Amino acid sequence: MNAKVITITSGKGGVGKTTVSANLAAALAMMGRKVVAIDADIGLRNLDVVMGLENRIVYDLVDVIEGRCRLRQAMIKDKRQPELYLIPAAQTRDKMAVSPSDMVLVCDQLRHEMDYIVIDSPAGIERGFRNAIAPADQIIIVTNPEVSAVRDADRIIGLIEAEEKGPAKLLINRLKPAMVARGDMLSIDDVLDILAIDLIGVIPEDESILVSSNQGLPVAMSSVNGSSASQAFRNVAQRLEGADIPFLDLTQKTGLMERLRLWLAGEN
Amino acid sequence: MSWMNKLFGQKEKSGSVAKQRLQMVLIHDRSEVSPGLIEQIKDDIIQVIANRLAIDAENVKIDLTQSGRESCLVAEIPLQVNARKRA
Repeated sequence: MNAKVITITSGKGGVGKTTVSANLAAALAMMGRKVVAIDADIGLRNLDVVMGLENRIVYDLVDVIEGRCRLRQAMIKDKRQPELYLIPAAQTRDKMAVSPSDMVLVCDQLRHEMDYIVIDSPAGIERGFRNAIAPADQIIIVTNPEVSAVRDADRIIGLIEAEEKGPAKLLINRLKPAMVARGDMLSIDDVLDILAIDLIGVIPEDESILVSSNQGLPVAMSSVNGSSASQAFRNVAQRLEGADIPFLDLTQKTGLMERLRLWLAGEN
Repeated sequence: MSWMNKLFGQKEKSGSVAKQRLQMVLIHDRSEVSPGLIEQIKDDIIQVIANRLAIDAENVKIDLTQSGRESCLVAEIPLQVNARKRA
């Protein structure tokens, strides 16, 4: 078995890379896959706290790379899933402590025992980003339906193509269907028209994500009913496995006056 | 139909403004051509052509357009029409 290395990146900060990394890793593990998540945000680690594993850190990625511990010692086993692991980032170093070839070496050591390696990239286009994409087989670009996030995603697409690591896939996070229906938010089609890459998932804005994150439980793992984000993450995992899952219908019914206006204007 | 939007008291929606602005800014980002650079190129072009032909310098237009992921610099240079004088 040869693991697939998936890097989650974005360019823009704060669009949801860490949340997506945690939930994708969890959802894949829930399907019975062997998954290790790696936090590549050296110096600003967060994957540990979003996964709720912050109290179990003994060794981190930099310890592994600098030879202070064996790879297995840095792998924190998430007890909630059969085969889900985290290699946390170091908190007291920075991105220069790791090189792209270090990342490739670490992933090579993991490839034969895992099904998936999910790498949480830091924001930006510098060393941390380059570290995170170096070992990638598939890059997922996370964006929000918002001007600065989409602009940065476009730049990242260009950089990924230049590094010959494409084609990347797009994940639109924090969509608010009601705002899209009112014309106050870029729609999925708007974003796809502009960025012109394949879509792998759409995650709606959902309060349950914050509630779960507060508790250190990736929302994909929670048994709360009615969380559309939870279902959306699980769908992305299935698509990664090759299943052709239709995108969730997040549209809301439009009000009577809006429907009248649209009808009079001759629009659908 | 924009008059219909005005009847119902709506200006252009912010979502479509966002899309238009993004398309414009990405044309510049992708081609590494800054808006300031275009002004400089325009001045250069006016100078070069005015040396050889009489042109209507005030109405020269230079635009960056895009089809797909390819960009083009398009120049429109109106020529000066000599006004004929009555004899």
